[in-house]
Amino acid sequence: MLDVSDLRVEFGGVVALAGISFRVQRGTITSLIGPNGAGKTTAFNAITGYLRPTRGRVAWDGDALGGRRPCDIARRGVVRTFQRTSVFPALSVFDNVRTGLHLRGAAGFWSVLARTARMRAEETRLAAAADEVLSFVGLAHRRDERADQLPYGEQRLVELAVAVAARPQLMLLDEPAAGMTGAEKERLVALIRKIRERDVTVLVVEHDMRLVMGLSEIVIVLNHGRVIAEGVPAEIRAHPEVIRAYLGSADAPA
Amino acid sequence: MIARAAVTALGAGAALTAPWWVANPYHLHVLIMAAIFTILALSLNLLLGYTGQLSLGHAAFFGIGAYTSALLSLPPLEWSFWIALPAAAAAAALAGWGIGRLALKLRGAYFVLVTISFAGVISLISINWMALTNGPLGLPGVPAPTLGPWTLRTKTTYWYLVLAAAALAFVVCHRLVRSRIGRALVALRENEPLAESVGIDGTRYLVLAAVVSAAMAGVGGSLYAHYTRFVSPEVFLFSYTVTMVIMVIAGGQGTLAGPVVGALLFTVLPEVLREAVAWQWQMLAYGIVLVVCVFFLPRGIVPSIVAATRRAARTAGGPPEMRSGSVGPLKMRRGPAPE
Amino acid sequence: MEQLLQHLVNGLVLGGTYALLGIGLTLIFGLMSVVNFAHGEFYTLGAYAAFATLALAGLPFFVALVAAIAAGALLGAICERTLLRPLRGHSIDTIMLVMIGVWIAMQNAELLAWGGVARAIPHPFPTAPLTLGPLNIAPLRLFVVVTAAALIALAWLGIHTTRLGTAMRATFQDRDTAALMGVPIGRIHTITFAFGSALAAAAGALLGPVFLAYPSMGDLASLKAFSVVILGGLGNLAGATLGGLLLGVAEELGAGYVSSGYRDAVGFVAIILVLLFRPAGLFARAERIG
Repeated sequence: MLDVSDLRVEFGGVVALAGISFRVQRGTITSLIGPNGAGKTTAFNAITGYLRPTRGRVAWDGDALGGRRPCDIARRGVVRTFQRTSVFPALSVFDNVRTGLHLRGAAGFWSVLARTARMRAEETRLAAAADEVLSFVGLAHRRDERADQLPYGEQRLVELAVAVAARPQLMLLDEPAAGMTGAEKERLVALIRKIRERDVTVLVVEHDMRLVMGLSEIVIVLNHGRVIAEGVPAEIRAHPEVIRAYLGSADAPA
Repeated sequence: MIARAAVTALGAGAALTAPWWVANPYHLHVLIMAAIFTILALSLNLLLGYTGQLSLGHAAFFGIGAYTSALLSLPPLEWSFWIALPAAAAAAALAGWGIGRLALKLRGAYFVLVTISFAGVISLISINWMALTNGPLGLPGVPAPTLGPWTLRTKTTYWYLVLAAAALAFVVCHRLVRSRIGRALVALRENEPLAESVGIDGTRYLVLAAVVSAAMAGVGGSLYAHYTRFVSPEVFLFSYTVTMVIMVIAGGQGTLAGPVVGALLFTVLPEVLREAVAWQWQMLAYGIVLVVCVFFLPRGIVPSIVAATRRAARTAGGPPEMRSGSVGPLKMRRGPAPE
Repeated sequence: MEQLLQHLVNGLVLGGTYALLGIGLTLIFGLMSVVNFAHGEFYTLGAYAAFATLALAGLPFFVALVAAIAAGALLGAICERTLLRPLRGHSIDTIMLVMIGVWIAMQNAELLAWGGVARAIPHPFPTAPLTLGPLNIAPLRLFVVVTAAALIALAWLGIHTTRLGTAMRATFQDRDTAALMGVPIGRIHTITFAFGSALAAAAGALLGPVFLAYPSMGDLASLKAFSVVILGGLGNLAGATLGGLLLGVAEELGAGYVSSGYRDAVGFVAIILVLLFRPAGLFARAERIG
């Protein structure tokens, strides 16, 4: 379970998150929604160590995450994706994923230098695991192409593949569907469900309401750095505060 | 690839038999210097080409290695070369560790400035701390290495020593780069926030790269000291660093063959041109070469040749795996910038 | 006490020229984000221009100064136009490499043109020092510090009062808006680089006669300029002025009381310490120009 308590983030005088609290149960797909500027990405950044919260506690499975660096948080099984397409541009898709497998390897400096049998076996194993992730995500046909030369939708898939490769227990997806076509979004939803089947808890930030309502079991709504509602999609859709928050901005619930 | 294997075999054969077909002993001297610079270029490439950090103080690691090795093998200590060499590597590695830790806080141009400043301070120390380094007069009489009953004093014997060292350096780089560690380094250069998000520890790997890079340069320094048998503050000359940088950038940073080609080119070429062209013109040419490279050959000679041959061959399929982390115009580590 | 005052005065003389160097570089590095490792080479250029004017042509010192400034401005403009403009938009590090290339090329061009032997630059001032109370100061040095102060004041006025200066500040604060308002961005960049280089050349023309002119004199000048810029904060004119003075005084005091061999280390150590502990510069609260 992801336990966020009283998470507060201030930049100088600006309060980006005013002390939010919520929980994400293991094995669920939960969405975090809210108008632009509500603080969703800030929350992600604070949870995964890219921002230092001013106050508050974050814990995954009882393990406190606050104040740790992103790489340490990843080691504890929490991996996030980024709002803007984030891949390793000059590397092939295969190498992108193999990099994501970093934590699954253990070869240290000396065993790398000595090129021990164990290290070589590990490399073979990692290569196989990378191929497995590629077929899981549906990118096997792009294996050897440079990541930055793929069409946009597939680049976002690469991003997802890299995150999956890190074998997280909790995945935080920051607007994974942004810029995708309808067909790509459907494939994305199917993929996220497949990921959940592998016993991964998913927390998604999204703007596409239809996708959110169709995919999530729980929806958490942020506005102005506060949680204004939490519940199943049907409740949220009818929630007066949520409607007010959205009618005040460009987005509207589906 | 057959072409690559053939070139390597040819090169290895030529290198191993060099003392026979290189008639002029001066030319053998040039080759020895080329080998030493290969080690230096490879070391700088590890930092610059793979982590994307430009260190303009690399001559400091070279110089620290040279001085350490010399001081340990001269009286009163008179240690064996075979102990002085690793000690030199260790001393340089320590300096590299310091620089590596600094790099964590600094980016791009600031890191460059700090490395220059560091080299500057070390250089001043070597000039002023007469009691330790004998100042500008330098340390003469650095002993040649001994191996059992033999002393490696002749150019031929020393050639094999540096050749072995250069080959070892290459192998170390090769293994490092083609491993999980190498992938982590490239990932940090390509997209640091993303790398961190999958558990790659930027601190640890950057420091590791700096330490290995510095240690390698220190080895180069030690080899240089025991070859020229004289060490003076001139080892900290900025022109050494400049030469190393040119070798890496013109040769091809982020590739393994690049620095080797660069080292050969920029050690041999000046000598070839030496009769025709004065040294100052060469350094002037270096500056122009650097500018030209940035404009026209941003990836360096080796990657450009490889890309050109690949275009010519035009086979199906994209770039082979992880063969070179070579990227476009110099791409350095930027600070993390999550949304 | 007298010695202290003497050191302070000498430090101010040096510091004034360091301030000139620093102001030039803070415009180029701080505003244009160009890591100009060739900055010291314009300093050298200024010194050799002064040498040519004074020793070879026998013209007055003032002409030498003007010649240096003109040479710096001209070469700076050419540099910007041919090398930097095509690279605008490229990463700061690519530009840094190009400037390193320019650095190497310029220095060796100087070496080829003038030879490696240091040249003494003749000056019209009497060598007997003036005595002002407990202090001795060579007339040349007095001229240097006064001229430096005048140039610094001119630079300030130029940046803060003229239309050109306002256009410069606008460009570097918000390029797109400035462009929309009709500011010729390309020309502003060229002018800024030329301006900064001219200041460096002026510093060289002033200090050249005090010390000697030799091709690698620019190396230390570059680093000290960076030191001043870092001390004062990027883009911070006031910071650069104060930083330059501070560095000059610190060097003189260090050389006088600690060790003269390590005097150049002051700048290096300053860079390292400031970047580690106060990366925004010592005077971070002061207003940025841009």
